[in-house]
Amino acid sequence: MKILVCISKTPDTTSKIAFGDNNTKFVTDGVQFIINPYDEWYALVRALELKEAAPETILHLVNVGNADSDPIIRKALALGGDEAIRVNTDNADSFYIASQIASVAKEGGYDLIFTGKETIDYNGSSIGGMVAEILDLPYISHAIKFDTDGTNATVVREIDGGEETDKAALPLVVSCQKGMAEQRIPNMKGIMGARTKPLKVLEPIAADSYTSIASFDLPPAKAGVKLVSADNPEELVRLLHEEAKAF
Amino acid sequence: MVLVFIDQQDGHIKKSSFEAASYAAEVAKITGTNAEAILLGNVNDNLASLGNYGIAKVHTVADASLNNFDAQVFAKIIAQAAENADVVVFSNNTTGKAIAPRLSVRLKAGLVSGAVALPNLTNGFTVTKTVFSGKAFANINVTTTKKIIALNPNSFSLITTGGIAEVVPFAATIDGAKVQVISTDLVKGEVPLGEADIVVSGGRGLKGPENWGMITDLAKLLGAATACSRPVADINWRPHHEHVGQTGLAIAPNLYIAVGISGAIQHLAGVNRSKTIVVINKDPEAPFFKAADYGIVGDAFEVMPKIIEAVRKIKEN
Ligand SMILES: Cc1cc2nc3c(=O)[nH]c(=O)nc-3n(C[C@H](O)[C@H](O)[C@H](O)COP(=O)(O)OP(=O)(O)OC[C@H]3O[C@@H](n4cnc5c(N)ncnc54)[C@H](O)[C@@H]3O)c2cc1C
Ligand SMILES: Nc1ncnc2c1ncn2[C@@H]1O[C@H](COP(=O)(O)O)[C@@H](O)[C@H]1O
Repeated sequence: MKILVCISKTPDTTSKIAFGDNNTKFVTDGVQFIINPYDEWYALVRALELKEAAPETILHLVNVGNADSDPIIRKALALGGDEAIRVNTDNADSFYIASQIASVAKEGGYDLIFTGKETIDYNGSSIGGMVAEILDLPYISHAIKFDTDGTNATVVREIDGGEETDKAALPLVVSCQKGMAEQRIPNMKGIMGARTKPLKVLEPIAADSYTSIASFDLPPAKAGVKLVSADNPEELVRLLHEEAKAF
Repeated sequence: MVLVFIDQQDGHIKKSSFEAASYAAEVAKITGTNAEAILLGNVNDNLASLGNYGIAKVHTVADASLNNFDAQVFAKIIAQAAENADVVVFSNNTTGKAIAPRLSVRLKAGLVSGAVALPNLTNGFTVTKTVFSGKAFANINVTTTKKIIALNPNSFSLITTGGIAEVVPFAATIDGAKVQVISTDLVKGEVPLGEADIVVSGGRGLKGPENWGMITDLAKLLGAATACSRPVADINWRPHHEHVGQTGLAIAPNLYIAVGISGAIQHLAGVNRSKTIVVINKDPEAPFFKAADYGIVGDAFEVMPKIIEAVRKIKEN
């Protein structure tokens, strides 16, 4: 079995969000970049587990991004995986990125493509579905459990207000979220080993972009909290009912 | 024409789809066209009533095979119905997130997912969406001829018009599904968290699952959904689908009541779009108070029973 895991680079979850150049650019000064948590904790770790259960499995990672992605790609390789591919571009349009991943996937003939459910910066939830459509493969989104015998897969996915169990044959594209696996910390052996694993850099294929970011806005600041004494919770309920009209 | 995909579960239209319908009708209004809807599978609801949300025509494909959800099959049918559409609208729920990206590729139509406002037409076609887990907004310029918008639940108010929609069957080519749904397990009798108007949420401050009565009792009284912080789900005090935040569900209810939750930045990322936030925490320094509209610095075990009593009184009157 051949698995491809899509890895994106996102700002650390505690990053200060600020914009410059007339609100057109995310200010990256002092921001630490990490592997998108859904890609790392769920997609990659579940793929590693599948490889551990079936050691002949080939596991590749793909990132679409410029050389700034290399540290997070090495970190992903430290967790596991045989090699990584980076498609060298700054273009951040979802369709453009999906076209690059689909091209890599087609070339490599993967049985299984894992993505995270969304990137925590762009919140697009769209790359997985786009890759599946470009490759004309079935797509199961929001997976919380995944099992395969190498031919067929059983997937539990989140749906609005519950869960659904699906069956599908490979090849398949799956977007992963909490439940798939548990976060792992890379060990020293992994970190040392990652240095010598292949990281192939490919130039992008020609593809269209469908969207661009015109500008950013920060939400308006809150007016400040109205505190009610702990001796008088009834007053809080009154305020919620009469002032906020919240129920 | 603006086409909206109406999503159903167990034969009933989801609340978020009514919001998407109202939104589609407004998009049609500002672009000088009509709003139509497409609905797949067997539905029990009265579909002409979608007219009340500004929909002129509802196209239905009442084929039993479509009660099995496969995003690939759905996208292909919607693409057929969207042949004359300028804009296609989805709710950005789990169904919309599975179909909309596929349709984007099929129609060569730029997709904005997580939209929170109507398109701005002053300079091309720009749609505001949430980014950085609700910590900011991005204005996305869509440069393709056709456009797709996936609207965040609870971010557009229903607009009722009193209209009645024409309901017509749509003859579609339907592919065989490659994804077979074996079973669905819906949390029965509870309000789905993603669509809930009010959410009552508990954190590690509640000490243990045996103390969740105060959360569920208040939720029941308010007709609210229940939620929790991540550690609470991780240690199995509560089911994982209740986990909200950066790595859980992102919600935007009218009222979010957080009890015994510190308000870590990753938690706030999932709830900061709530209209009114209430925080009950015994630590006055808890970061959550900075994001709150109302708060009580106090012990949840003392405060919550009184709150429940006071709400009960109002509800009984
Ligand atoms: C990458 C990453 C992603 C994460 N994603 C998420 C996420 O999606 N969602 C999420 O929630 N967290 C997430 N976290 C974890 C987050 O950082 C916090 O650790 C977590 O939210 C804390 O949960 P808590 O507030 O329930 O617990 P605690 O931080 O332990 O806070 C408990 C609070 O209860 C109060 N308290 C105690 N006793 C009482 C009492 N008797 N009455 C009233 N108040 C009381 C305390 O003052 C305290 O403020 C993430 C962390 C990381 C690193
Ligand atoms: N630049 C990228 N390179 C590789 N994978 C990506 C990239 N952007 C997004 N992905 C994958 O697609 C998923 C969904 O991203 P998005 O649609 O942007 O929310 C992520 O969790 C990643 O697995």
